[in-house]
Amino acid sequence: MDLKDDSMNFDDTPQEAAFRAEAKAWIGANAPKQYEEELRKSSLGRTVLKGANILEVAKAWQKKKADAGWACLHWPKEYGGRGSSPIERVIWQQEEGPFGKLSGMFIIGHGMCGPTMMAFAGEEEKRKYLPPLASGEKVWCQLFSEPAGGSDVAGLRTRAEKQGDDWIINGQKIWTSGAHYSDYGILLTRTDPNVAKHKGLTMFFLDMKSPGVEVRPIKQASGQSDFNEVYFTDVKIPDSQRLGAVNDGWNVSLTTLMNERMSIGAGVSTGFPELFDFCNSLMLDDGPAIEDRSVRSRLANYAVKASGLKYTSMRAISALSKGDRPGPENSIGKLVAGSMVQEVAMYALDLQGAAGVLSGPEDAEIAGKFQAMLLRAPGTRVEGGTDEIMRNIIAERVLGLPGDIRVDKDVPFNKIPTKGRA
Amino acid sequence: MNFDDTPQEAEFRSLARKWMEANAPKKYEAELSKSSLGRIRLEKEEIVDVGKAWQKKKAEGGWACLHWPKEYGGRGATPIEKVIWQQEEGVYGKLTQPFQIGEGMCGPTVMAFGSEEHKRHYLPKLASGEHIWCQLFSEPAGGSDVAGLRTRAEKQGDDWIINGQKIWTSGAHYSDYGLLITRTDPNVPKHKGLTMFFLDMKSKGVEVRPIKQANGMQEFNEVYFTDVVIPDHQRLGAVGDGWNVSLTTLMNERMSIGSRLATGFPEMFEFCSNLMTDDGLAIDDPAVRSKLASWAVKASGLKYTSYRAISSLSKGERPGPENSIGKLVSGTMLQDIATYAMDLEGAAGALAGADEEAASGQFQQMLLSSPSMRIAGGTDEILRNIIAERVLGLPGDIRVDKDVPFNKIPTKGR
Amino acid sequence: MNFDFSDEQKQMRDAARKFLAEKCPPKAVREVLDGKATYDKALWKGLAEMGFLGVAIPEEFGGAGAGHLELCVIAEEMGRALAPVPFSSTVYLAAEALLLAGSDAQKQKWLPKIASGEAIGTLALFEGKGNPSPQAIKLSASGGTLSGVKKPVPDGAIADFAFVAARTGSTGRDADISLFLVDLKAGGVEVRSLTNIDPTHGQAELTFKNCKAEPLGAAGEGWGILTQVLDRAAVLMAFEQVGGSDRALEMGRDYALDRIAFGRPIGSFQAVKHILADMYVSATLARSNCYYGAWALSTNASELPEAAAAARISATQAFQHCSKNNIQVHGGMGFTWEFDCHMYYRRANATAVTLGSLSYWEDQLIDRMRKKNAA
Repeated sequence: MDLKDDSMNFDDTPQEAAFRAEAKAWIGANAPKQYEEELRKSSLGRTVLKGANILEVAKAWQKKKADAGWACLHWPKEYGGRGSSPIERVIWQQEEGPFGKLSGMFIIGHGMCGPTMMAFAGEEEKRKYLPPLASGEKVWCQLFSEPAGGSDVAGLRTRAEKQGDDWIINGQKIWTSGAHYSDYGILLTRTDPNVAKHKGLTMFFLDMKSPGVEVRPIKQASGQSDFNEVYFTDVKIPDSQRLGAVNDGWNVSLTTLMNERMSIGAGVSTGFPELFDFCNSLMLDDGPAIEDRSVRSRLANYAVKASGLKYTSMRAISALSKGDRPGPENSIGKLVAGSMVQEVAMYALDLQGAAGVLSGPEDAEIAGKFQAMLLRAPGTRVEGGTDEIMRNIIAERVLGLPGDIRVDKDVPFNKIPTKGRA
Repeated sequence: MNFDDTPQEAEFRSLARKWMEANAPKKYEAELSKSSLGRIRLEKEEIVDVGKAWQKKKAEGGWACLHWPKEYGGRGATPIEKVIWQQEEGVYGKLTQPFQIGEGMCGPTVMAFGSEEHKRHYLPKLASGEHIWCQLFSEPAGGSDVAGLRTRAEKQGDDWIINGQKIWTSGAHYSDYGLLITRTDPNVPKHKGLTMFFLDMKSKGVEVRPIKQANGMQEFNEVYFTDVVIPDHQRLGAVGDGWNVSLTTLMNERMSIGSRLATGFPEMFEFCSNLMTDDGLAIDDPAVRSKLASWAVKASGLKYTSYRAISSLSKGERPGPENSIGKLVSGTMLQDIATYAMDLEGAAGALAGADEEAASGQFQQMLLSSPSMRIAGGTDEILRNIIAERVLGLPGDIRVDKDVPFNKIPTKGR
Repeated sequence: MNFDFSDEQKQMRDAARKFLAEKCPPKAVREVLDGKATYDKALWKGLAEMGFLGVAIPEEFGGAGAGHLELCVIAEEMGRALAPVPFSSTVYLAAEALLLAGSDAQKQKWLPKIASGEAIGTLALFEGKGNPSPQAIKLSASGGTLSGVKKPVPDGAIADFAFVAARTGSTGRDADISLFLVDLKAGGVEVRSLTNIDPTHGQAELTFKNCKAEPLGAAGEGWGILTQVLDRAAVLMAFEQVGGSDRALEMGRDYALDRIAFGRPIGSFQAVKHILADMYVSATLARSNCYYGAWALSTNASELPEAAAAARISATQAFQHCSKNNIQVHGGMGFTWEFDCHMYYRRANATAVTLGSLSYWEDQLIDRMRKKNAA
């Protein structure tokens, strides 16, 4: 053994350890333990509670955290946060464990809308809107994607036209997660169609209960409805709710999206732990699945991807712990996890088929879990940047390769062809 | 649906089989059977010499370049008869490797664009293997971008003077003639200033330099042209129309249906059936079986895709675009199979010597050669573009150089 | 938490990179590739002078007494430079076996010679095809002499001493295997060089004929020691593989930026970009797994067996993936002998099977995870 003070280790610093102990004690005393088992078992595409409304449980937990100063830890105190360091936020997430799955509905508000408000809203708005966002009393959504846009976010067509001190919004958004239970939204619109596409955009926030806003859930391939279409018909937004300058919306949106991709330690779901448990218990004709060489080979491949992601995220956490800026490595997370979850789910269902038992309630439970995973996975590979866009981002921002040739770059927006729904 | 020959096909097959039995150079059969990608060579003799003898014999028996007209050295056979011949020729078909470019690309181009006199002069000797032809298209600045070529041809009286360099010319070192595409006008967009010629490879000013490949072998060459003179009557197609002429050549390349694409699967299956591991025969290991099964269906998928094309030919129809998947699938597959074969041997998988068991060296050579399968004749990426564009009808990539005069297009690298 | 190398270790990495860039350019690797030398003797001497050979050897045995984290960063650079020297055999296998199980006298005799570059060591484990397993070991030991054949033995033709796994019992258990130390220059061993896919790193067959040998570690404990040595070597070799992966990725990236076709850099085509992005993904996953392996190795953690297998698998996959796709990005030029791409491809596929194949380590990983889970 060859240990020095600055050798690799997974130990907390004394400050970190103190913080962790405090968090652990508080969670021990306050977490809604009756849901712990169910939350632990729930995986991608299936965070549901039996006999309780998850939205209500989540809101209650968020409020409790906020009251005790454990909500939006890295936000300033005056806006409802705790003023914590990034590493404290990671420690909190580790300690919150399965209860963190209850924060699903707040992720967009806390990770994207809040930071955008913080960067571009007036002081009055910040003090008014951010604390209830932090405490979960108000839920926010993000209205960027459009049928004509998709991966091409800047290709959006929702119009905002100035009328006195107000803006009048007409158009349609799509893939808005949580719009049906959101109170507010940040909205990216086109205010000038005569300039190149990135240049004529403006950002707002709005009350989702405004007249003229209509939310229609989209039934997904999985049968669930996490996303919505949102229609705007002559919706009025006061100019005071504008974020950033008129026609500077693209830059504002980059702040939002950057925050999305910075969410380190959020723990992407790979499906591996579920698959490992499953193979450990599954009996095939020749014995336990985990003793089958072909199963082992597949498992090992997934195992090293899952651990690779885990330790990649730990490298970022370690950088945070030292007060450094994490490297670009974390950008691989969603790309790797998305297709992996899909493959894992297919393989689990294949194995279960091979086992030829689909009768008991326990089998149905397991099948249901992997089916939900399988059906939700295509969404993961699309939302927040498709696999292809993520590869472009890695190639361009990390490896320094040139951007794609953009035929629409310097063309006035209303001269760019568009067709199809995203 | 059936896999039976029609009566005419059956008759043709029996004729071919009889001739093969009487004439094939059986002493090479075992060696040829065992040779796989990256390893077609004979222990004691030059494959080109043995190949030439075999091709000559076939030509005399009327079995060379079957689908060519008789007056140019062929048999005037139908496409399906050509396929039947290939099936019957079996392992000896491996001997025709030095002639494939001539038969598949140069010959058809001369047939389409050469004068009657040239056709009668050059084609029979090409068919009989007396003369070997090569194709001089790729250039250092070109690669996948074939039309980016820079070799110049300048008119001087009744002749053209050639200066420039070609690369990846397979067989140039033993070729007698070559099909050469040149740039005759650098002031127009790149596809428009090209002109095609054929030339005697022994012409003054032609220098062939072999390229040593990653696998240690030398199948390809660089060819340098210094003030090489080509008479105008050896021009194929109009001046400035070389790109269209080359499309004829390349189309013929991709039409070669039923020509055997190595996938590595038969070798792998046999290897796994015989390999003893610490836990028994490799083929009894579920992990090995799972891999073998996924390769088996790829190999059979390719085989039956080519059967579908053969079936169209048999009915006198034009085959669909399915055959374009062949090289894309088999290239990666060869690489994966070779890697896994080495894996199965454990640490000894790295050994490659002639004194090792035959299998080891075989997969080693396959591994080292397979990268070229994914590059030569269109990279995997270009093939995917072709499938997306020509088969699925998706739009082409944006070409920034399309309407730009050639001498204004940037170029760099080899 | 500190899941990164220290500034001092990073400085050592930079120093190693600088040293190797100067002393081990591709031209030097090609000397060995082309068969003009069996290994780069000048480089070997230089590595000793830099203190890299003995970086993890305690000072009392002539080493630098730094540690395994330091050795990991050097291993990465050795892989990046494709250093044609017997580093992995001598340092990851022989020195580790000595450190783990050698007697004080054995350590005194050999470790200083390793650190100074005077002695090349290796491990003679395999006997033909197959993966590490006690059943596969047939070479027998009796009365302090060994008889049997080992192949392939990495760097066996240039090694001065070897650890040899031998059969000392026939109960069918791990305890049948014992380890021996053999001075290869003392006679009784026939050495034959074997052609292999990566000529920059030799393999040999060693035939022992009543060859004198001294035990390493207690009788019957050979397999236990070997397993530990292989785990340690797996982590270190994984760093080499990660270094090679990164270099292959850089070569591909640089070529894609430089090479212009169709009027634009080929790196602006998505088909090429996505190949490179996927190379980056596999190299990053491997690096992170390796860091965990480095931590487990440096702390001798109980997680080492699992961490080593994960690092080994991930790094093998990454190096194979990056080296083959580096050729693909280069197109035809990547397939020439002249370009360096094939040297990485060769090394990637050779390192993939030394220490046992990917399939072997996959099996080991799941076995170890399962045991941990059950415990």
